[in-house]
Amino acid sequence: MKLLVAIKHVPDTEARVRVAADGVSLEENGVKFVISPYDEFALEEALRIREARGGEVVLVCAGPEGAASTLRQGLAMGADRAVHVCDDGFDRADALARARVLAAVARAESPELILAGKYGVGSDENQTGPMLAELLDLPHAAAVSKLELGEGRFTAHHEIEGAVAVMEGSLPALITCEKGLNEPRYASLKGIMAAKKKTIEVRSLAELGVDPAELREGSRVVWESMELPPARSAGRVLDGDPARAARELARLLREEARVI
Amino acid sequence: MANGVLVFAERREGALRRPALEAVGAARRLAAVLGGGVDALAFGPGASGCASELGSHGVDRLFVTEEPHLELYAPEAYAAALADTARASGAAVVLLAATVLGKDLAARATARLDSGCLSDVVEIEVRADGTLRGKRPVYSGKAYAWVAVPKARPALATLRPNVFPVSPPTRQQAAELVRVSAALPADRLRVRTVRLEKAAAQELDVSEASIVVSGGRGLQDPANFRIVRELASVLGAAVGASRAAVDAGWISHGHQVGQTGKVVSPNLYIACGISGAIQHLAGMSSAKVIVAINKDPEAPIFKVADYGVVGDLFELVPQLTEEIRKLQSS
Repeated sequence: MKLLVAIKHVPDTEARVRVAADGVSLEENGVKFVISPYDEFALEEALRIREARGGEVVLVCAGPEGAASTLRQGLAMGADRAVHVCDDGFDRADALARARVLAAVARAESPELILAGKYGVGSDENQTGPMLAELLDLPHAAAVSKLELGEGRFTAHHEIEGAVAVMEGSLPALITCEKGLNEPRYASLKGIMAAKKKTIEVRSLAELGVDPAELREGSRVVWESMELPPARSAGRVLDGDPARAARELARLLREEARVI
Repeated sequence: MANGVLVFAERREGALRRPALEAVGAARRLAAVLGGGVDALAFGPGASGCASELGSHGVDRLFVTEEPHLELYAPEAYAAALADTARASGAAVVLLAATVLGKDLAARATARLDSGCLSDVVEIEVRADGTLRGKRPVYSGKAYAWVAVPKARPALATLRPNVFPVSPPTRQQAAELVRVSAALPADRLRVRTVRLEKAAAQELDVSEASIVVSGGRGLQDPANFRIVRELASVLGAAVGASRAAVDAGWISHGHQVGQTGKVVSPNLYIACGISGAIQHLAGMSSAKVIVAINKDPEAPIFKVADYGVVGDLFELVPQLTEEIRKLQSS
């Protein structure tokens, strides 16, 4: 089975966020970039499917030159090869523009299953996966915490508020992955060494038939500005014996904060 | 000229979901600026039964597709119907609740409409030139971005649950029903929801609750989530958890607050035995009131808490539960 895993090169979740001088971008200086955590679930699932059924796991990432390190990390986990759509314009591109680029790669690869994280951390939109499915005219299931494949069919547990929606569909399909789907493996030393010999095919937008101007200026969604949330200041600390503190806290929540 | 607002009226088990009514309230406000009406779209058998409730909240027309195969979520069919209805109804703006379903449907429909979607906004407005503009948490709540759809129409947005108020019913008038047939018949659906499996106890979701009581590593043992659940139960609150508690396997991921979990904005957030790692703080610091209970006075959670209690949560939390019970019965 041919599996395509779309991964995103994102700021580490532990990074402190600062706004750059332009007032809209992330200040990237000193920020480490990693594979988006939900994409690790997607890659792990693809590797397990390959181990069970045979086939090939191809990574795709649309990102700047630095994204090569994220692809290399995915190859070290065990993917067979990688496609890097290399351009500096992706940080201003909206989800649909990114999905168009990924769709061009998917059409060339024609995988039977496309896997991605439920969202790329940072922009936190949950958009690119379902958009990619629509552009490719594929069925999809999002935020999947359990996946079973049959002959030309899949069953997916889609995590919704307070319940699991059990979805069934046909292959080829696209699945976005939720935490809980699996426990991603760490790259072994052997994997890291092997990754050095694997191929990362670098593709330009022009090679994929995507107009670079369209990526830069064609986004329907525009980021106007970014700001940090107002700083919260520490409030009142209650001490004394637990019984008194609990009584006082209950009173304050009712009479002062009026939230209970 | 398209100047209406279309709302996706999300239902579950026959009832409108509260976040859908929150979206109707926001839609009325935007429609007043655009000079158009408010329409809604609902799926599944009995969907037309929402006409009076939606009408009372200000929906003018309700588009319904009542075929049984659309009772539960089917991404392709829902997206096709939402896109078709947006065009047919003359919508300039399409609003959905930023529920799991709403976000997924919005994305697929946006691609179909070749438009743009503002995800999970906490503020929304239409500028005089018709630009849809919203404020949304990014980097898991570590920052906010102002984002806009200047040109593409209809412009879409999903609204974070529990942020926009539901306005009280203002009129006794049912929405006018417009019946539409499903864009995709049952035998052409390539993916569909076949059933819902619910947690044993019907639980409130942290992303939709007005009060959240969360537990972390300080609970020491999964069985001790009982005392968090008891406090939550007295308050009618949802049970949340830190990443540490989820990764330890003490509670399922659906409860996780913070990065790689949910970003929440409740009226009251009570953190029990949570130290306050940066990714947890990002997920809950937009709560209106924060209470921290932790034995370590240096825990970062106290820096954002409105009320902090330094002490043993095993003593404090049950006593707080008892005190709240007393207040409620007095």
